[in-house]
Amino acid sequence: MVPLSYYLVLSGILFACGVLGFLIKRNIITIFMSIELMLNGVNLSFVAFAAQWHALSGQVFVFFVMVVAAAEAAVGLAIIIAVYRTRETLNVDQVNLLKL
Amino acid sequence: MTANPYLWLVPVLPLAGAAINGFFGRGSSKKAITAIALGFCGAAFALALFLAAGFSSASAPYYYDLAHWLRSGSFQVDFSFYLDQLSLVMLLVVTGVGFLIHIYSVGYMWDDDGYYRFMAYLNLFMFFMLTLVLAKNYLVMFIGWEGVGLASYLLIGFWFTKDSAASAGKKAFIVNRIGDFGFLIALFLMIKHFGTLDFTHVFASVQTLPTETAGAGLLSAIGLLLMVGAAGKSAQIPLYVWLPDAMEGPTPVSALIHAATMVTAGVYMVARSSVIFERAPMAMMVVAIIGTLTALFAATIGIAQTDIKKVLAYSTVSQLGYMFMACGVGAFSAGIFHLMTHAFFKGLLFLAAGSVIHGIGGEQDMRKMGGLRVYMPWTFVTMGIATLAIAGIPPLAGFWSKDEILWRAYNASWVYWLIGVITAFITSFYMFRLMYMTFGGEYRAAAAQETHGHDGHGYGHGGPHESPWVMLWPLIILAVLSVLGGWVAGYNHHFENFLAPVFQGGKAVAEESPEAGKSALEYLLMAVSVSVAGLGWLLAYLLYSRRPELPVRIAAWLDGLDEAVAHKYYIDELYTALFVKPLIDGSTTILWHGVDQGVIDAAVNDSADAARHVSDNVRHMQSGNLRSYAGWVAAGGAAVIAYMVWMGVR
Repeated sequence: MVPLSYYLVLSGILFACGVLGFLIKRNIITIFMSIELMLNGVNLSFVAFAAQWHALSGQVFVFFVMVVAAAEAAVGLAIIIAVYRTRETLNVDQVNLLKL
Repeated sequence: MTANPYLWLVPVLPLAGAAINGFFGRGSSKKAITAIALGFCGAAFALALFLAAGFSSASAPYYYDLAHWLRSGSFQVDFSFYLDQLSLVMLLVVTGVGFLIHIYSVGYMWDDDGYYRFMAYLNLFMFFMLTLVLAKNYLVMFIGWEGVGLASYLLIGFWFTKDSAASAGKKAFIVNRIGDFGFLIALFLMIKHFGTLDFTHVFASVQTLPTETAGAGLLSAIGLLLMVGAAGKSAQIPLYVWLPDAMEGPTPVSALIHAATMVTAGVYMVARSSVIFERAPMAMMVVAIIGTLTALFAATIGIAQTDIKKVLAYSTVSQLGYMFMACGVGAFSAGIFHLMTHAFFKGLLFLAAGSVIHGIGGEQDMRKMGGLRVYMPWTFVTMGIATLAIAGIPPLAGFWSKDEILWRAYNASWVYWLIGVITAFITSFYMFRLMYMTFGGEYRAAAAQETHGHDGHGYGHGGPHESPWVMLWPLIILAVLSVLGGWVAGYNHHFENFLAPVFQGGKAVAEESPEAGKSALEYLLMAVSVSVAGLGWLLAYLLYSRRPELPVRIAAWLDGLDEAVAHKYYIDELYTALFVKPLIDGSTTILWHGVDQGVIDAAVNDSADAARHVSDNVRHMQSGNLRSYAGWVAAGGAAVIAYMVWMGVR
C-alpha cells in the first residue's frame, strides 16, 4: 500500500504548481486552469485522508468541491468570454481598470 | 383641604388661547385673534372670581391633583394645584390686572405685524404665571417660574429685529439663570432632607425643626438659596440689572410682566416659604437687608433717568425692595399687600406711560415731552392718581401698603424704617418729576415730530393725541383700584386677617388683634412718611415746574455724582468688567483657542491626517493587476502557514 505521505507530497506539488501557474501566467485561461489544479490538489489530500482513516466525509467533501468547481468553471468561462468580447484580449495585465 | 375640580382649568384656559393663536393666528383676522386671546384670559379671570366668591378667610385650601408626574421610590411629585388665601390674592391680581392689560394691548399693538404672536405670548405668560401661583409643590412652581422667564424673554425680544431688544431679552434670561441656579439647589436640599417638594409636607417637616437662632443650618441655607432665586426673578441686588433693560419690550409687557406680576413672583415665593424663613432668622435678615438696600439704591438711580420707562423700571425695582423688606421683617402679609397695590398703581403707571408713548409717536425721552395734560387729559388724570398712590399720599392704595411695611419695619429696626422713609421721599420726588416733565409746561418736541416709530408700532399722526378708549378703560379701572384698593383691603387689617391662615406661624400677625387701635407712635410714623412724600412732591414742583433751569445747574454742581447716577452707578460696566469680560476672554483664549481648536479640533484633524497618510501609502497595493493581488494572497497564505508550522514545531 502506498503510504499517506506520498499522496500528500503529490497533493502539495499539485497545489504549488497551481499557485505558481496562477502567479506567473498572463493568459486568463491558463490562470483558470491553475485554479482547477489547486482544487484538485486539495481534493487528492481529502481522498487520501479519507482512505487512511476510513472516513467517508472526506470523499463527500470532494464531491462538493467538484460540483462547486464545475459551477465556478461555467461562471468563470462566461466571464472570460464577456471580457474577451469587450477587451479583445485575454492578458490579465491589460485588464486592470479596477483600481484606485 | 377640599378637592376642587375647576382649579386646573384656570391655568389651562390661557394655554388653550396661546395654542390656538400661536398655531393658527398667522392667517386669522385680528378680530378673531382678539376674541380668542381676550376670551380665554377673561374666562380664567371669571373662573378666578368664581373660585374667590366661595372663599373666605376661614376656608380650607382647595387642591386638585391633575396627574402623576414623578414616582421614584418614596419620592413623588404630581401635577397638582393648590389654592389658599395667599394664592387667591395672587390669582386675582394676575388674572385681573392681566385681563385689563390684554384689553389695553388690543389698542396698543393693533397695528403691529406680530399682533397674533404678541397675543399668543401674553396668553402663554398667563398660563405659566398661573401655574406658578397655583402650584402645590415647588417643582410645579418651578415650571411656572421657568415658563414666565421664557415668556418674559420672548416678549422683551418681541421686536427681535432690533438689536437692543434681542440682547435685552438674552440679558434677562441669563441673569435669571443665576437666580434659578440657587432656587434649584434649594429644591435639591429639600428633596435630600425632607424627601418631598409638596408645600404641606415640606412645611410640616420644617415645623418639627427648631429655629436656627444661633448660626446657620439647613433652613438658613434653603432660605438663602431661595432668596437667590427670588433676587433673580424679582430684580433685587445684585441681580436687578436685567429689569431696566427689559423695558425694550412693548409697554403692555412692561406693565404686565415687569411691573405687576412676574417680577413679584419672588416675593410670592418667599412669602409662600414663610415657614422656612421664620425658622431661619439669618436668612430673614439677609432678605430684609437686600430689600432695603435695593429700595434705596434703585430709587436713587430713578432720579436721573430721562427715559420715562426707565424711571418706572427703577421704581419697580425699588418697590420690590419694599416688599422684600416687609418679608424680611416677618410682615409677609404686608409684603403681599404692597404687591397687590403695586400691581394696580405700577401697572397703571406703565399703561399710562404706554399711552403717552403711543400718543406722541413712540418717543420715550421725557425731555422731549411736556405739556401733554392738554392733549391727553385721561392719561394725565389716571397717571396722576397712580403717582399719588405710589408716592404714598393718603388715602390712595400705596399709602396703606407702604405705611404698613414701614410700621412693621420700624418694629424690627429703626434703620430699615429710616431707609424706607428716605426711599419714600425719593420715590415721591422722581415720580412727580416724571409727571412735571411729561405733562407740565409746554410741549417740547413739536419740531421733532418726524422721528417717530421708535416703539415700533408705526402709528402715523400729526401731533400728540389721546389714546383710543380700548386703551383708556383699563387705565380708568386701574385708577379706581389704585384709589380704593388700599383702603378697602387695608382698613382694619382686613387683608392681613384674610391671609392669617397662611402666615399663622408669622409672629407679626398673631400678636396684634384686628380691633386694637393704632398707637400714637404709629400715627407719628404715618405722619412722617406722608410728610416726606409731600416734601418730595414739593421739591419736584420747585425744580421741574417753577424753576426748570435749576436741575441743570444742580447737575452741573454735582458733576461727578450726577454722572454716576445717570450711568446707574456704572453697575453694568462693573459687571461687564468683573464677569462678562473675563468669561468671554477666558472662553476665547482657553476654551475656544485652547481646548476646542487646540485639543478637540486638533485630535480630529490629526487622526484624519494620519489616516490619509497611511492610506496614501497603502493604496498602491490596489493596482488593479490581478497577479499582484494573487501574489499578496499567496504571500499571506504562506505567512499564515509559516506561522502555524513555527508554532507547531515550537
